[in-house]
Amino acid sequence: MVYDLEFEKPLAELEKRIASLQRKGERLRPEEHVQLQEYERELRRRTEEIYRSLTAWQTVQVARHKDRPYTADFIHLMCEEFFELHGDRRVGDDQAIIGGPALFNGETVMIIGHEKGRGMREKMYHNNGMPHPEGYHKAIRLMEQAEKFGYPVICLVDTQGAFLGLEDEERGQGSAIAASLYAMARLRVPIIAAVIGEGGSGGALAISVADRLLMLEYSIYTVAAPEAAASIIWRDKVYAPQTAEAMRISARELYALGLIDELVPEPLGGAHHNHRLAAENLKMALIHHLQELRQIPVDRLVQMRYEKYRAVGPFGFAS
Amino acid sequence: MAKEAAGSSGGPQPERPSGPGVAPDNLMVKCPKCKEILYSRDWEKNLKVCSRCNYHFRLTAHERVSLLLDPGSFVELDAAMVSVDPLNFVSRSQSYAAKLQEERAKVGLNEAAIRGYGTIEGLPLSLAVMDFRFIGGSMGSVVGEKVTRAIELGLERRWPVLVVSTSGGARMQEGFYSLLQMAKTVAALARLSEARIPYFSLITDPTTGGVTASFAMLGDVILAEPGALIAFAGPRVIEQFMHVKLPEGTVNSEFVLQHGMIDAVVHRRELRATLARLLRLYKVPEAERAQQSAPAAQSSVEAATLLSRQPAQSRAEVGGGQDGLRS
Repeated sequence: MVYDLEFEKPLAELEKRIASLQRKGERLRPEEHVQLQEYERELRRRTEEIYRSLTAWQTVQVARHKDRPYTADFIHLMCEEFFELHGDRRVGDDQAIIGGPALFNGETVMIIGHEKGRGMREKMYHNNGMPHPEGYHKAIRLMEQAEKFGYPVICLVDTQGAFLGLEDEERGQGSAIAASLYAMARLRVPIIAAVIGEGGSGGALAISVADRLLMLEYSIYTVAAPEAAASIIWRDKVYAPQTAEAMRISARELYALGLIDELVPEPLGGAHHNHRLAAENLKMALIHHLQELRQIPVDRLVQMRYEKYRAVGPFGFAS
Repeated sequence: MAKEAAGSSGGPQPERPSGPGVAPDNLMVKCPKCKEILYSRDWEKNLKVCSRCNYHFRLTAHERVSLLLDPGSFVELDAAMVSVDPLNFVSRSQSYAAKLQEERAKVGLNEAAIRGYGTIEGLPLSLAVMDFRFIGGSMGSVVGEKVTRAIELGLERRWPVLVVSTSGGARMQEGFYSLLQMAKTVAALARLSEARIPYFSLITDPTTGGVTASFAMLGDVILAEPGALIAFAGPRVIEQFMHVKLPEGTVNSEFVLQHGMIDAVVHRRELRATLARLLRLYKVPEAERAQQSAPAAQSSVEAATLLSRQPAQSRAEVGGGQDGLRS
């Protein structure tokens, strides 16, 4: 376990003490043994306490943690088999979005997700999970293929947002995202999207128009990264923490607002402390929702998806 | 989303679409692009286009309606629809609720879009028109709802649908609700498309973020005014993000046309006639159009000066839901 976030300092301190006692191993004196157990209990208690009441900004930091399980990790841990498909059949292969058919709980599904990549080299290869238009075109290709074969689609969402370069404008970033939203709105197979880390803006929405939207407990979903939103509203990034709070971007708040279907519990101290357990929890939730969605005739399913999105967004009338 | 904040998008722009260029005595207007001093009267006659450099000044939603529709044919619906601040958004002592009130007073509109129906050269259509003055034309629940209802009216009456976009993107203060408006409007467009009813998108300066990445880019035919900033991420955002400097006017109508993202760049003077041509070409089959009659169609009138006409009379209903679309 590593506690390295700012608000985890008291936990890191405890962890250090535990580690130094553990190093003694066999030479641990009886009273030190008691001490060790006490520290461990204390660490558990404090972790639960801190994580129970994370602020929006703290949740952002957990959602962005460098050791958090990414799409490739989840695929590896949840699926019996996976074959990655490459390329949008037009321009190139964008590795910010990966995907392909997978055996999931004994059945073929199409898995598509943002991949950030771990470590410098992987991050460059995956563009830190920020797709170009080709990424969305690939995602659409995979979804249409899933529809053809009747495979459910599972999307794992983890991006700061779509990439914002001049080349992306040239190749139609806006059109690509719009086309993906359009494809998902009418796709005739079940779609489940799960936010596993960062749900950033249109770049995330583009692969999460779904029959069910799940979020890991310490993930976020936001109209714009808090830094971007702060510079839009206040012209200054330093107000990102307050803006994050005001926009209610944590999974818990979105669940309370009724905007997502399920909050998937994370291991103690966040998914990055136990990838295997995080994946198990997500897998259980996905199996449950898939079973439900499979019962629904496809016409009804598409109708329900439409109604779900049609109804979102409260408004009033001035008198 | 709203990558380009209100009023500061790339290229030379007046602070507000039709205001600040206007000299105190209202006789003269300065073009923000070429700095030419223009007589207000000539400028208005020229549909608020600079006669020297062709710069298209931003129009208000009602000016746009007057420009495009047959005089007197526009019937506004849902004019009283207002945002309700679903997040109880407060940031640094400013509340969204207060901001909304301020904008309503300042702009004289209830929201950043108007919607209704009318005719162009006698041909009926359902339309929604955005207004950049209202919180940078940003899309929250009300804008999303109005655009969706415009699409649904087209679906119900089998009328073509026109959306005129100008927007900084999704509205931050409604958070995730704003983002989901992209999915909502696009889902409605998918239905329209399945019913084989044409959808025209007219993109005007500036249009960025979540609007570009949803209904603006999904038209069966996509038109844009010359020189309009059209981007997912505007130049200022790209510069910040990539740490590069872009030349002036990099991402505009001509750029997206060149890269195959839109169908045509149309001068303001030609817009009305162009839309009329499209309405004639993409006629919804008579058999399918069935019983519904067109709204009182005015005979075709040449596009006259903009401001000599009053904003079309609006029959805005209060209390909502009275246009028979939704319960």
